[in-house]
Amino acid sequence: MESKLIMYEYTDFDEAFLRDRITEFRSQIARRLDGSLTEEEFKPLRLMNGLYLQLHAYMLRVAIPYGTLNSRQMRQLAEIAERFDKGYGHFTTRQNIQFNWPKLSDVPDILTALADVGMHAIQTSGNCIRNVTADHFAGAAADEVEDPRITAEIIRQWSTDHPEFTYLPRKFKVAVTASDTDRAVIRFHDIGLRLRRQDGEIGYEVVIGGGLGRTPMIGKVVREFLPKRDLLAYLEAILRTYNLSGRRDNKFKARIKILVHETGLEDLRTRIEANFVQQKRLLPDLDPVKLAQIEAGFRPPAFADKPVTRTLSPAMRAFADINTAPHKRADHVIVTVSTKAVGSTPGDVTSAQMRVLADIALRYSHDELRISHEQNVVLPHVHRADLPAVYDALRDAGLATANVGLVSDIIACPGMDYCALATARSIPVAQDIARAFADIDAQRDIGPLKIKISGCINACGHHHVGHIGILGLEKSGVESYQITLGGDGTEAAEIGSRAGPGFAHDEIVPAIERLIVAYLDHRLDRSETFLETYRRLGAAPMKAALYGGAHDKAA
Amino acid sequence: MSTVVDKTGFVPDLWQDSPLHTYEELGDASALLLTADMDPELIGPHLEQLSLIVIPFGSSTDGRGFSLARTLREMGFSGHLRARGHILVDQARAAYRCGFDDIEIEDPQAARNPEAQWRSVSQRFDYRNDLLAG
Amino acid sequence: MTKGFKPKVATANHLIEGDVIYFTSEGWSRRIETAAVARTAEDAEALIEQAGQCPQETAGASLIDVDLSTGIPRPVHFREVFRTRGPSNYFHGKQADHV
Repeated sequence: MESKLIMYEYTDFDEAFLRDRITEFRSQIARRLDGSLTEEEFKPLRLMNGLYLQLHAYMLRVAIPYGTLNSRQMRQLAEIAERFDKGYGHFTTRQNIQFNWPKLSDVPDILTALADVGMHAIQTSGNCIRNVTADHFAGAAADEVEDPRITAEIIRQWSTDHPEFTYLPRKFKVAVTASDTDRAVIRFHDIGLRLRRQDGEIGYEVVIGGGLGRTPMIGKVVREFLPKRDLLAYLEAILRTYNLSGRRDNKFKARIKILVHETGLEDLRTRIEANFVQQKRLLPDLDPVKLAQIEAGFRPPAFADKPVTRTLSPAMRAFADINTAPHKRADHVIVTVSTKAVGSTPGDVTSAQMRVLADIALRYSHDELRISHEQNVVLPHVHRADLPAVYDALRDAGLATANVGLVSDIIACPGMDYCALATARSIPVAQDIARAFADIDAQRDIGPLKIKISGCINACGHHHVGHIGILGLEKSGVESYQITLGGDGTEAAEIGSRAGPGFAHDEIVPAIERLIVAYLDHRLDRSETFLETYRRLGAAPMKAALYGGAHDKAA
Repeated sequence: MSTVVDKTGFVPDLWQDSPLHTYEELGDASALLLTADMDPELIGPHLEQLSLIVIPFGSSTDGRGFSLARTLREMGFSGHLRARGHILVDQARAAYRCGFDDIEIEDPQAARNPEAQWRSVSQRFDYRNDLLAG
Repeated sequence: MTKGFKPKVATANHLIEGDVIYFTSEGWSRRIETAAVARTAEDAEALIEQAGQCPQETAGASLIDVDLSTGIPRPVHFREVFRTRGPSNYFHGKQADHV
């Protein structure tokens, strides 16, 4: 059995820091309870520790740095869900996990349990640099320049409790990829980094000002190539410029994307580059010992050489076709475990399932698990010879739904079932769509299709980059759902266009069904995806399906 | 009335007899009130004459003062740097690390956040510095 | 009742438990049925001020519109209806507490 930890292990420094922060938060809670902190003052402090107050309860958002977990951590999450919550956790589009029912008085104990396995909830909220995300296939993808988690880990350490950048105009999200195929949605982050090679040297393409929310924008390249050693100096320059110049008069205009938009990329680049020259002069290089330590933490595991003897059953074959991706070693695969069984809540995993995933990871995936921004769980290093055993174990736990990338693999934010900011529910819409397309053969016939649902304009469900996006709003006192079409979160980044007027809660699923029937009618053949058909024909046939001829003429 | 606090706790205000001047009316005075919306580069030519710079914090969520403080230190300002206004106990660590020498708070806040709270602010961990060489 | 004024109750989340609570004449309660109802703008002002008296017990008190046609206060907005119930994907929250 493989039990060697290959991911970056938290050091004594991390450990002591976390304990310190928990003690601090414990005292902050005590001060809130004795009245020396008002709710107004306490709120940013609890948010800094990942604790939100939602509709029905508090919600604790726990960081999963770059989406990487080991079996021990997954088991501890299962334990926390059972002891302090209702036996499940919710994986989010930012590779975090949320617990929906903690009590304020239990939170320090939950944080202690997390610290026991090197985890925390720091900077998962508030106007600071948030949990850094990375390609969920990092370290396993065949097409990467190097493991992007090395960069993500450097940024995690640099940004943790950063004295200058913890009270920014607004939240700040950084994503890292190392492949040309962008699985980390880097063009929709405040900063997106893509590791690339230029003249034999590895560095970064730096993208800024992307984002979803009220004003979706595709990020712009501010630097074509940044040498690796200049990373932190460049980040400090961007953040300094943003902290001083970002708008603070209007919450909805405070993200860096608005600064880029209003200042213009050229002007802003000049300011960033000028500050970068200073930072480069003042900022020492990374400590080489520290850097070597981080790099060592992401060395590839000792892959086994063994023959693949068993042939796959038809069910396994179907699962492998849909839920596995090529690994950098031909005899291995990356397995994506869907959390989207028909009728389930996207991203929700029970304690029992978490334990099964932990066991499988320990036995068959070099003790590694990943959480994807698509709210699925990834087993990054599975030997082809172990695929039948992995499939069987997943199936027994209700985790072998073969729908990754298909119509029922829906992203949905918690929406108004939980979230205090939501304007409509998302989860029931996702559940109903999945039920409407429950037949897996029909799903395979429809082919790759990304449906993404947000319960408010903040777009946690990434609806702008869904091939079909659904945005839940309130209209005249009831829930109303707007459809956007043609969004794409990959390197071919595209913001979806609004199809037309919204649909009531009981109209939205039939509307999606009409859209998909229209696609099936119009596609050239099975190999043309929904997105390709949409790009070829434009919105007209889709709008006709949604609204009928009458609307077509009116619009 | 106000209270001055630094890493050691509540301290006497040694600068109470230094009247502050805005940038516009600075002249050859040595104490400057630098508002958060000012471009710190403007201060460059005057750094030599200044022995005190006070940066007001309008609200605890406005972090511009932290960047201003670091910028001034990077520009070579070695005089006394003070944060004034609504700064939470939990922001004190950030304030000191960005180059502030002390923090001036209103007395009602000092009453709600007694000296012990300020003294217990942990200074132990500094991720950013730990990551850098030297 | 003031003309055009919608009756209101005060609601908040419990500071420690985080669950939904309503202000009654005898302090906070977990059931909207027992909430104190303001029928005029002046009453509403007094109600929210009274509700704000115990900040150590609650987080974020606010007023919501209610419908009194059944004799007991019922929220008008669907968001507030959900807050009296719990999420729709699991039988958790108030709907489970009331069984």
